Amino acid sequence: MAVAPSLRPALAVAMVALTMEACLAADAQSSAYRVEGDGIVSPLTSSAGDPARGRALMAGRDAANCVLCHSIPDPAIRDAGDIGPALLGVANRLTVPQLRLRVVDMRQVNPRSIMPSYYRTEGLVLVAQAYQGKPILTAQQVEDVVAYLSTLR
Amino acid sequence: MRIGILLLALLAGNTFAQTPAIPASELRSGVSFGSAELRAMQSDDFANPGMLWVERGQKLWQTPVGSAGRACASCHSDASLALKGVAARYPVVNASDRRVIDLEARINACRTSQQKAPALAAESEDLLALTAFVAHQSRGMPLAVSISDSARAFFDQGRDFYYARHGQMDLSCADCHEHNWGRKLLAETISQGHPNAYPAYRLEWQSLGSLARRIRACLFGIRAQMLASDDPQLTALELFLAWRADGLPVEAPGVRR
Ligand code: HEC
Ligand code: HEC
Repeated sequence: MAVAPSLRPALAVAMVALTMEACLAADAQSSAYRVEGDGIVSPLTSSAGDPARGRALMAGRDAANCVLCHSIPDPAIRDAGDIGPALLGVANRLTVPQLRLRVVDMRQVNPRSIMPSYYRTEGLVLVAQAYQGKPILTAQQVEDVVAYLSTLR
Repeated sequence: MRIGILLLALLAGNTFAQTPAIPASELRSGVSFGSAELRAMQSDDFANPGMLWVERGQKLWQTPVGSAGRACASCHSDASLALKGVAARYPVVNASDRRVIDLEARINACRTSQQKAPALAAESEDLLALTAFVAHQSRGMPLAVSISDSARAFFDQGRDFYYARHGQMDLSCADCHEHNWGRKLLAETISQGHPNAYPAYRLEWQSLGSLARRIRACLFGIRAQMLASDDPQLTALELFLAWRADGLPVEAPGVRR
């Protein structure tokens, strides 16, 4: 779908504003999920997320690499960016469904956010060949990351 | 209704952006985000590794090449006179074919048309050396590109690219260099993303590299389709970068992390 890049934030606002529940169809690589209110209630996979794997993904340079922008409370991690808020205590601020939506597609919460959408493939422009049609994280990786985030109290 | 207003605002933002988003009083060269050691390395010609390329470029400048058997110096008699200020007004629109060209492309155009020598490859030692030598002649001079007349369309193209979100990470240049400069991305402080140091020596590269190489690194980071160093879209982006850095002094060869 070719949408002028400058219009995409506006479209995202429209989508969220016009439908309280957005049901997003995605391609074969990222399956459909259901946004209810401010979150995604149902897990994306049937097998539960693993917090240890989630932590490794968040710190890993070529996987989720969340530490580019966020600090996480882990003494083994020395370098972390400060573009996003520190994630210590994030599970006190947000419920698991809220956390899941923020990892899946932060732009539905805040269209102008700099935080990438980790489980979105539509509406992207000039994606490098190797990543075309693929979300940054698989459904299982999203669940792993959410499982780790939910331990950050 | 609210959406209509938002749409209007977005369109207006794109169409009428005539003054740089970062006002002149807040412009900061990338070097000011570096450590004291890094700043010292850049400003001391004996410590600045980029000066090796400048010296090499000076020799190349005087060496006849190609079937025409001419050196750069054969046409441009005195480098410090003929070349002073050139880098500060590049990229420009080339009069003969109406393409937007940067310093590297200018040097290659002289090679093929005046010296009858083959063009130098992007990022080759010789092209970096000649570019560094030429850019060095403008050191300290304020960037001042023209975006009027035939440059206008290229400027618009560069600006649109700059503000559009690209790649799997879906980020624009502005997301980092206008909205988050001064903040840290992992261990690196994001600068305002100005072109005035290039070609620059990056410690990470252990080499001198062109502005195109730096921009390509940012495109790689957001997992966007790669642009060739001489892609007109990339040169148009360079023109926009130079305009938004208007007034910053040329630092070439700069030193960066
Ligand atoms: C390029 C920067 C960037 C990256 C990379 C990034 N984030 Fe964020 N994140 C932000 C920003 C900025 C916010 C603040 C909210 C906003 O922008 O609307 C945020 C907010 C959040 C929040 C909500 C925090 C709160 O207190 O409300 C969570 C949870 C989160 N991020 C998790 C993650 C995870 C997990 C990853 C990696 C899979 C990640 N982020 C990668 C920039 C980033
Ligand atoms: C996710 C963040 C991010 C995005 C998006 C991004 N950059 Fe960068 N850029 C950086 C970082 C980090 C550096 C290295 C530190 C610095 O010099 O700012 C950098 C450096 C630069 C520099 C060198 C500045 C100097 O003084 O050496 C330029 C020029 C630049 N970027 C241009 C661009 C352009 C053009 C785009 C869009 C195609 C872009 N950047 C997109 C993060 C980003």
